[in-house]
Amino acid sequence: MTKRALGQTFGRSDLATRLFAAAVFALASGCSRPSRVTIGSKAFTESAIVGEIAAQGARSAGADVIHHSELGGTRLVWNALVGGQIDAYPEYTGTIAHEIFAGQNIQSDAEIRAALAAKGIAMTRPLGFNDNYALGMRHDVAQRLGIRTISDLRGHAELRLGFSSEFLNRADGWPALRDTYQLPQKSVTGLQHDLAYRALADGSIDVTDLYSTDAEIAQFHLRVLEDDLHRFPEYQAVLLYRADLAGRAPQVVAAIKRLEGQITRQRMIEMNEQVKLKRVPPEQVARQFLREVLGVSGGATAVHGLWQRLKTSTAEHLKLVGVSLLAAVLIGIVLGVLAASLARIGQGILAFVAAIYTIPALALLVFMLPLLGIGWLPAVVALFLYSLLPIVRNTHSGLRNIPASVRESGAVLGMPPIARLLRIELPLASPAILAGIQTAAVLDVGTATLGGFIGAGGYGQPIFTGITLGNLHLILEGAIPAALMALAVQGAFELLGRIAIPRGLRLKAG
Amino acid sequence: MIVAGLGVTHPRLGVDFPAMIEFRGVCKSYGGDVALRPMDLHVDPSRTTVLIGPSGCGKSTILRLMAGLVRPDCGVVLFRGFELTPASIMQFRRFMGYVIQEGGLFAHLTAGGNVTLMARYLRWPRARIEQRLRELADLARLPPSMLQRYPAELSGGQRQRVSLMRALMLDPDLLLLDEPLGALDPMVRHDLQEDLKRIFAELNKTVVLVTHDIAEAAFFGDTIVLLREGSIVQRGMLRELLDRPADEFVSQFVNAQRSPPELAGRNR
Repeated sequence: MTKRALGQTFGRSDLATRLFAAAVFALASGCSRPSRVTIGSKAFTESAIVGEIAAQGARSAGADVIHHSELGGTRLVWNALVGGQIDAYPEYTGTIAHEIFAGQNIQSDAEIRAALAAKGIAMTRPLGFNDNYALGMRHDVAQRLGIRTISDLRGHAELRLGFSSEFLNRADGWPALRDTYQLPQKSVTGLQHDLAYRALADGSIDVTDLYSTDAEIAQFHLRVLEDDLHRFPEYQAVLLYRADLAGRAPQVVAAIKRLEGQITRQRMIEMNEQVKLKRVPPEQVARQFLREVLGVSGGATAVHGLWQRLKTSTAEHLKLVGVSLLAAVLIGIVLGVLAASLARIGQGILAFVAAIYTIPALALLVFMLPLLGIGWLPAVVALFLYSLLPIVRNTHSGLRNIPASVRESGAVLGMPPIARLLRIELPLASPAILAGIQTAAVLDVGTATLGGFIGAGGYGQPIFTGITLGNLHLILEGAIPAALMALAVQGAFELLGRIAIPRGLRLKAG
Repeated sequence: MIVAGLGVTHPRLGVDFPAMIEFRGVCKSYGGDVALRPMDLHVDPSRTTVLIGPSGCGKSTILRLMAGLVRPDCGVVLFRGFELTPASIMQFRRFMGYVIQEGGLFAHLTAGGNVTLMARYLRWPRARIEQRLRELADLARLPPSMLQRYPAELSGGQRQRVSLMRALMLDPDLLLLDEPLGALDPMVRHDLQEDLKRIFAELNKTVVLVTHDIAEAAFFGDTIVLLREGSIVQRGMLRELLDRPADEFVSQFVNAQRSPPELAGRNR
């Protein structure tokens, strides 16, 4: 899937993202801002690399910077910038003009800056490379036929063209290109973008569409044909940042601006290739770039080896699970007790908690975003809500299942209700309650991986990064520890049950 | 019928009162069903009063009204002359002991834990708790080693002994027993009946006992109160019920149970 199409898919067709956008625009500005600076990036390799470069550059200038890598598509990341959840991210002038401000007929650089300023956003000067739509051919074939520009294709009607379906069907795609350049080719087919590269390599097609900084250009030894008539809009890489950042963290703005004009197209292609094909972590690639091109050391964080990453993600995951579970236990047991003692309110409590559960976890997370921003907090709140049902239900049924005769025997002892609850009823209900907590805990460990989607850290982080980069090792780096932790939690609760539940409750009646 | 003037001076309160528990015009309905018609009832101190009758006659309801588990729809329930209200019931329960058919023991505590629960809640000194526990185990003829066991590990008869010990722990004035021996097999029941009668006499307790077994009622009861469909039909000793039945129903009920000799004789 092409990266712009990926952005469009996330941006256009995702209902949750549309809701999120509406909510953000409704809430406008005014979220509380921490003193640290947050840089975001879109869900593809190139954006992640540039975002990392910006983050490390800012960090080396002495700021407290965090990079929420690969947050999502254009819409989501743009809204996060406007809403203040992030302070900066890499973007392209063409995307700003044709997607973000679609329909407003914005053409020139001045118009773009004006439209951005109206939203409180500033733009750097171009970073030094364009990532345009382009046509590509095998380098050796192009060399042999002497083709350098798209105009040169006019003299070779026999060439076979293979484009992605998206490019083929867009009004400003192939039809417009053909008309502008008056291209004579007849053999034009649509294929899947990734397959197009293979077809090009084995000679089934001669020309395809691509992005001018794709890693595959180096991988398949392609030549990018120059758009000499300037048919394609320019997609110059820039960094967008919140205008108020100049007041809050001027050293960060200075560091970002230092990147202007520093990233060449050739270099960008190489960096894409290193990350995508050679599996070098983006952090390392960014560090290398900063050192070689700007003579800057990339800030305090060292390159993390596997164990270091595992230690960090384990600590983060434990924090996510631990805090949400503790809150759910405390509040859930209280709600369960209330539900068991008060008949009608009790039904209401149970219904409410069950209703939360019907919301898909991912949607619940996204609903949290406009209220709580991105990162650790919305994930914990969503996990807390998700852990409530098993605990509340089990507390309620554990208490209700105490036979009336036993409850009455307790009442007639002359013990006040709260004391009865603590000394008689809750202990009798403890096997059920513990089972509920155990269920909630194991579910929590698994669901917490969704936190990787919104920059909450934990085991979800490598899983989602691995998915976008197509790196199985990274996926496993998150998935295996998550499964192990779930098993460990399960076992820990079995042990706890053996210790905490009185022996009398584990015996069958004689 | 209130026997006027026959009071007892209470050792703790130093007050004379005619009846341990008294119902004045008490009635109770559950939903549309009348469980108890308006009735007057008194329970003499230091005696065993047995409530008996066919199922649904209201005997368990009376006991529950005495324990304050339900509130009367009309009339008042008086405990030692004081009205039972939701505010006062918690205090008065410390002077009552309650034993039910299923025992109502708490499964998460040992037998000893069950018995001493309330004393521990009231923060009795440890020595006092232990001494009282020994006394009661003696009284109820429960082997002390059983005190470490959990209710699930005890036999039915042992559970009822523990239940009785729990009811007696705080040395209550009033003992309420709701068919305490109903679930036990006949030989165990026989033994326990002997023990209970001995305990009641030794401790000079006021006892209200509910049963459906006329023979058991006769064995325990100084006073038998026969109920039918929410009203008292007759009250008195067994002799009275046999010789001077207030009603055809009384004769029927009292003679309903067949005795083994009678059965052996018939089938000759």
